[in-house]
Amino acid sequence: MTFHYDAAVADRGVDLTFDIAPGRTLALLGPNGAGKSTALAVAAGLLRPDTGRVVLDGRPLTVTGHDERDVLVAPYDRQVSLLAQEPLLFPHLSLLDNVAFGPRSRGAGRAGSRTVARRWLGEVGIAELADRRPAQVSGGQAQRAAVARALAADPRLLLLDEPMAALDVAVTPALRQTLRRVLADRTVLLVTHDALDALLLADEVAVIEDGRIVDQGETAQVLAQPRSRFTAQIAGLNMITGTWRDGAVLTPAGLRIEGRPDGPVPRTGDPAVAVFPPRAVSVFLDDPGGSPRNALRVTITHLEPQGGQIRVRTEELSADVTPQAAAELDLAPGSAAYFVVKATEIAVYAT
Amino acid sequence: MRRTLSITTAALVLAAAVAGCGSGGSGDTGATDGAAAAAEETTLTVYAAASLTATFEQIGEEFEQAHAGVQVEFSFAGSSDLVAQIQEGAPADVFASADEANMEKLTADGLEGAEPVAFASNTLEIAVPPGNPAGVADLDDLAGDLNLVVCAPEVPCGAATRKVTESAGVELAPVSEEQSVTDVLAKVTTGEADAGLVYVTDVIGAGDEVEGIEFPEAAAAVNVYPIAPVADSANADLAQEFVDLVLAEGGQTVLRDAGFAPAP
Amino acid sequence: MAAPSGRVGVPAWIFVPAAAGAAFVLLPLAAIVLRTPWSRFLDLLVSPASVEALLLSLRTSGTSTLLCVLFGVPMALVLARTTFRGQGVLRSLVLLPLVLPPVVGGIALLYTFGRRGLLGETFEVLGIQVAFSTTAVVLAQTFVALPFLVVSLEGALRTAGQRYEVVAATLGARPTTVFRRVTLPLVLPGLVSGAVLAFARSLGEFGATITFAGSLQGVTRTLPLEIYLRRETDAQAAVALSLVLVVVAILVIGFARQGRSSL
Repeated sequence: MTFHYDAAVADRGVDLTFDIAPGRTLALLGPNGAGKSTALAVAAGLLRPDTGRVVLDGRPLTVTGHDERDVLVAPYDRQVSLLAQEPLLFPHLSLLDNVAFGPRSRGAGRAGSRTVARRWLGEVGIAELADRRPAQVSGGQAQRAAVARALAADPRLLLLDEPMAALDVAVTPALRQTLRRVLADRTVLLVTHDALDALLLADEVAVIEDGRIVDQGETAQVLAQPRSRFTAQIAGLNMITGTWRDGAVLTPAGLRIEGRPDGPVPRTGDPAVAVFPPRAVSVFLDDPGGSPRNALRVTITHLEPQGGQIRVRTEELSADVTPQAAAELDLAPGSAAYFVVKATEIAVYAT
Repeated sequence: MRRTLSITTAALVLAAAVAGCGSGGSGDTGATDGAAAAAEETTLTVYAAASLTATFEQIGEEFEQAHAGVQVEFSFAGSSDLVAQIQEGAPADVFASADEANMEKLTADGLEGAEPVAFASNTLEIAVPPGNPAGVADLDDLAGDLNLVVCAPEVPCGAATRKVTESAGVELAPVSEEQSVTDVLAKVTTGEADAGLVYVTDVIGAGDEVEGIEFPEAAAAVNVYPIAPVADSANADLAQEFVDLVLAEGGQTVLRDAGFAPAP
Repeated sequence: MAAPSGRVGVPAWIFVPAAAGAAFVLLPLAAIVLRTPWSRFLDLLVSPASVEALLLSLRTSGTSTLLCVLFGVPMALVLARTTFRGQGVLRSLVLLPLVLPPVVGGIALLYTFGRRGLLGETFEVLGIQVAFSTTAVVLAQTFVALPFLVVSLEGALRTAGQRYEVVAATLGARPTTVFRRVTLPLVLPGLVSGAVLAFARSLGEFGATITFAGSLQGVTRTLPLEIYLRRETDAQAAVALSLVLVVVAILVIGFARQGRSSL
């Protein structure tokens, strides 16, 4: 077990426990204010939790509120590097010296540090920018340099705080690929609200809601089979909760949702969910009837463009339709409609 | 064109604002005074050397008692500052200088209302902190290894100091040459200096805070205080009466009590 | 970068009070230039008293600026980057010389470093006499100038924020390394302008010096004291020396501006 985290910060209402195995990447997934940044601050040694234990490779980094003596290893002595949303390159140093900063700080000589720095700049694909100042490079290039800088410090644990959030959409895919490559064998704690980051960069995810972990497991598993409405939202999926009755999910409102069991069929009375992607939903103004389709009466709350389609949202569900369909149906916030989903498109499972 | 216009405007605004402040202020005081006191009250403005502060305030009170409806206002400062202000048109009725040189500046410009008259004199004395820690006994001792503070030669008390030491043939090595005799006295009262050269009146005025040591060589520089009414005074008669009071027995007693010697 | 439609927030009438304020500051400077006795200017300037006063002023101001940096940088860092009980009160007290009349500062210094002052006796035992020495001038100047550096630098530190320092720490930099390689370079412009302010304040220092240090040519009589004394006998000479001080001040400010823009 390489990284163990178990800490509570009372005044922020955050209490999380998780482990990261050597060479694995864990994504903390959650909306703003869920407690992700607090976890990073505790891991980096910038914040002392009320109670907690943070251990890296058997070495206690933070211990408070336990029977043993309190420990709070200083940030510089943790071998935990932080890569923030913004590159935060030191503006007075060249990219090369920025990247060489970590090795230099850990005692390497000037020439040795620069050799290491050059190698890392090459790794992230910006070797030719070594002598530029941060002000002379683009946002994406600066973030690459920041990645190189964090890795050049040779951390035992790398903390990534929404590393793509402040970047232009056009450059994020390439940087994500680079990160995927350089993070492959590292122990990483990634904080993000973007399911795509989690899917491409993380081996496991822990979904945080209101300072608690509500869902945890292998990334693909968690995102494909969300166990909380929140996870489903993040994964871009619709989720309807209820109990298993007569081969279908019965909602508290008395609605029957039929679907395809994903894994073992739930037993009668088990809490169960029905999950389906927005693109599986067709929108009608009247109940079209007919089995084996599920028709849900909804009130539209808003419409927004979504990758060439229109996402139609209600309080709890969403559907993707073509712009033509949206125009023909004359959909608008406040209008009533039916969301219709084929049973074969719905995954049902016990939670 | 626009630029010159705006600068002119600015200057006018500034001037108007300053003038407004001035007239507003004096108008206010005038109004309250007028309401409270008799309309025929006159003010006599006396510019006097700072070393005359205590004595002239006392003489001023006597003057006010003898002249109903007259108020004496003083401006006490260094004699050279006062002359400079009168030369720039300050509304002084009487000028009393701490030395003849500054009075000569006034007469050189023809600003005296009558011939200046000497009314007091003052001589230097050694001032030491209570207990006389450096054991100073006479002028020669000041040349020894101690913290001596004197007036700078540029100011009257410093000129007097130089005159005394030159005639006595004593070479002093002060640690500081102060701007005014008050500064010298302050350095002695705080104990920073072991000795200072000040006027007899300063030693008496400082009370227990310093001890005075007379020395015979001081006679070489007797500082004479002249007084004169200022030309074009609106209260020329009153100004002359004030000068007369200073010279009369009443004024001379006050001055004598403060340590001033009679005019030579 | 061009400033597009930069005047949208500047009403025309605002130029009138702005120009009045500028005139208020500039006219007295013009008056000094007009009153300067140019025929005697050079003679006045190279007189031993003037030269010694100017050199003493530059030397003491330079030294006090150095002291301000040595003590002010740590003070600003502690004020900007830490929290402790009574910090607000301490900040106000430390910055007090900004608003105190300098003569009050001089009196306070007298009762601290003077012969009978708090520390004076200790110094006396060590054989150090502060009063009436050039050291006293430097102390007086440092006392009045230090808050300028602290205020200016604390502002720069707060503006710079701690984010770069956090990153540096997680890269393995110890606090001293962070301070030296990240914090200081980041706030260098603020430090430079603070030091220039401190130097300018030291150069103009009068009240605390005359109260605490005394006045002796070549030892404690700095240029402002020399100007004040010269007024007694030769007003024109005082004007000429004033102009020298104005020119030195302008040079300092100009140097600082250039230094900042090149950063």
